[in-house]
Amino acid sequence: MIGLEHYLTVAATLFVIGIFGLFLNRKNVIILLMSIELMLLAVNINLVAFSSFLGDLVGQVFTLFVLTVAAAEAAIGLAILVCFFRNRGTIAVEDINVMKG
Amino acid sequence: MIQADLSVILPEIILALFAMGALLGAVYTTKDKLAPTLVWATAGLMIALAIYIASQPAGTNIAFNGMFVDDGFARFAKAAILVAAAIVLMIGQEYMARRDMLRFEYPILIALSAVGMMMMVSAGDLMALYMGLELQSLALYVVAALRRDSAKSTEAGLKYFVLGALSSGLLLYGASLVYGFAGTTKFAGIITVAEHGHVTIGLLFGLVFLISGLAFKVSAAPFHMWTPDVYEGAPTPVTAFFATAPKVAAMGLFARVLFDAFGGAIADWQQVIAVLSVLSMFLGAIAAIGQRDIKRLMAYSSIAHMGYALIGLAAGTEQGIAAMLTYMVIYVTMNVGTFAFILMLEKDGKPVTDISALNQFASRAPGKALAVLILLFSLAGVPPMLGFFAKFGVWQAGIEAELTTLVIASAIASVIGAFYYLRIVFFMYFGEENGEVETNGSPILSVALTVSAALMLVGLVYQFGIDSAAASAAATLVK
Repeated sequence: MIGLEHYLTVAATLFVIGIFGLFLNRKNVIILLMSIELMLLAVNINLVAFSSFLGDLVGQVFTLFVLTVAAAEAAIGLAILVCFFRNRGTIAVEDINVMKG
Repeated sequence: MIQADLSVILPEIILALFAMGALLGAVYTTKDKLAPTLVWATAGLMIALAIYIASQPAGTNIAFNGMFVDDGFARFAKAAILVAAAIVLMIGQEYMARRDMLRFEYPILIALSAVGMMMMVSAGDLMALYMGLELQSLALYVVAALRRDSAKSTEAGLKYFVLGALSSGLLLYGASLVYGFAGTTKFAGIITVAEHGHVTIGLLFGLVFLISGLAFKVSAAPFHMWTPDVYEGAPTPVTAFFATAPKVAAMGLFARVLFDAFGGAIADWQQVIAVLSVLSMFLGAIAAIGQRDIKRLMAYSSIAHMGYALIGLAAGTEQGIAAMLTYMVIYVTMNVGTFAFILMLEKDGKPVTDISALNQFASRAPGKALAVLILLFSLAGVPPMLGFFAKFGVWQAGIEAELTTLVIASAIASVIGAFYYLRIVFFMYFGEENGEVETNGSPILSVALTVSAALMLVGLVYQFGIDSAAASAAATLVK
C-alpha cells in the first residue's frame, strides 16, 4: 500500500535534487531553469498528496496556481536569458561573472 | 457579498486596471514617447491611492473568505509602499530619459509590482501570500534587466531571477508542509493549530522553509547573496526602487506570517529571527568596508538595516512591530535621499558610482555635501539624527523582550558599520584634490535630497504622526 509518506519522500527527494542542480551545476543556465521547475513540481506532488490525504480540495487549487505561476516564471526567465545571450554570446554559468564582490 | 469583497480590494483593483490599461494604451499609440506621461500618471495615482488608504476608517475588513485582510497594519504598510514607489518613480524619471532607457514598460511594471506588494501585506492565506509575492517578484526580475543592451543589467536580472526563483521554491515547499500539517492554508486556521508546545515537527519544518524564503526577499544574511550584484547591475533608479518599497512589503509580509499564522508559537521562531538579524547586521557592516562602488555599498547597508529592523520582529511584541514599522519608514526616507544623490553624480554625462570620485566634493558643492553628510550620519545611526532614534526604538523593544545579547551585538555592529559611512564623509570633506564628479540632474533630485536630509533633523521634534500611526498599526497585528 502506497501511503502519504511515500509521496512526501518522493517530493522531498525531487526538491533536494532541484536544489543540488542549482548549486552544483557549472554548465549552463537552461539546467538552472530545469532545476527550478523540478523544485516547483516537487512542491506540487506534496500539495496534491496532502490534499488527497486530508480530503481537502484547497491543495489542488493551490497546485493549479503554482503551475500557472511556474509557466510565467519560466517565460520571464527565458526572456532574460535571451537578453543576456545577446549581450554576452554565452549562457554558461561560469561566464555570469561581470560583477563580483 | 462579492460587492463587499470588491470594495475592500478597491485600491489594488484600480492600480491593476490602470497598469493593464496603460499597457494597452501605450502599445497601440506612441509607445516610448508616452513613457514620461505614464511615469507621472502612475506616481500621481499611487499618491492618490495612498491618501485614500490612509484616510480609511479604522477597523479590520476581511474579504474573500479570509484570503485578504485589510487592517490597520496593512493600511500603514500600503501607504508607505505606495508613497515610496511614487517618489522613486519621480526622482528616476529624468535620469532614465536622459540615458535613453525610459521605456513605457517601466512605470507599468512598477505599478504591477506595487499591486503585488499590496497583496503581500494583506495576505490572509498561503495562496494569497504566494500570488502576491510572485506578482511582485516577476515584475522586479524584469525591471532589474531593464537595460536590455547592457551586460551588467541583464546579468543582474538573471542572477536575481535564479536566486529569487530558488527562494520562491523554498517558500512554497514550506507552504506545502504547513498546509499538510495544519490542514489548512488560512492563517486564521493555522494559528489555532500552531500554539506554543503544539507545533509538530512537520509544521516546524514548514515554518523554517517559509522563514528562509522570506529572508531571501528581505535580503537578510545568510540569504543575501543576490543583493550586491543586483544593486550594482540594475539601472540606478531601479536600484533605488529595490532599496525602498519591496523591503517594506517583504518586512510587512514577514510580520504578517509570523504573527497572523504563528503568533501562538513566538518562542519557536524568535531564535531563528534573532540569528538572521545578528548575521545580517555583522555581514552588512563588515563586507561593506572593502566596497568602492557606492551602489554595492548601499546594498550591504540595506542588508545591515534589515538586520536592525528584524530585531523589532524578533522581540515578538506589539512594541517591537511598532518600532520595526517606524524603522522601515525612516530607512526608506534616508534611502530616497541617498539615492537621489547617487542619481545626480556624473562625469561628462556618464553616471559615476566610484566613491573616490567624491574627493573634495564639499568644496565644490557645500550645500549638497552637507545634506549627504546628514543622511550618512543618519544611516550610520549617529545620535542627533533620526536614524539613531530608529535604532533606539528597536533596541528598546529588544531590551523589553529580554533580548539583551541581540541588542548589544547590534550596537557593536552599528559601530563597525559607521566606519564606511564616515569614510564617504571623509572623502567629501578631507579627500585628496583629485575629485572629478559633477552633479547634474533635475531640480526634483535636489528637492528629494534636501527634504529627506531636513526630515532627519525635523523628525527629532515632529514626526508627522508616523510613530503613533505605527503604534496603532502594530496593535491591529499583535493580538
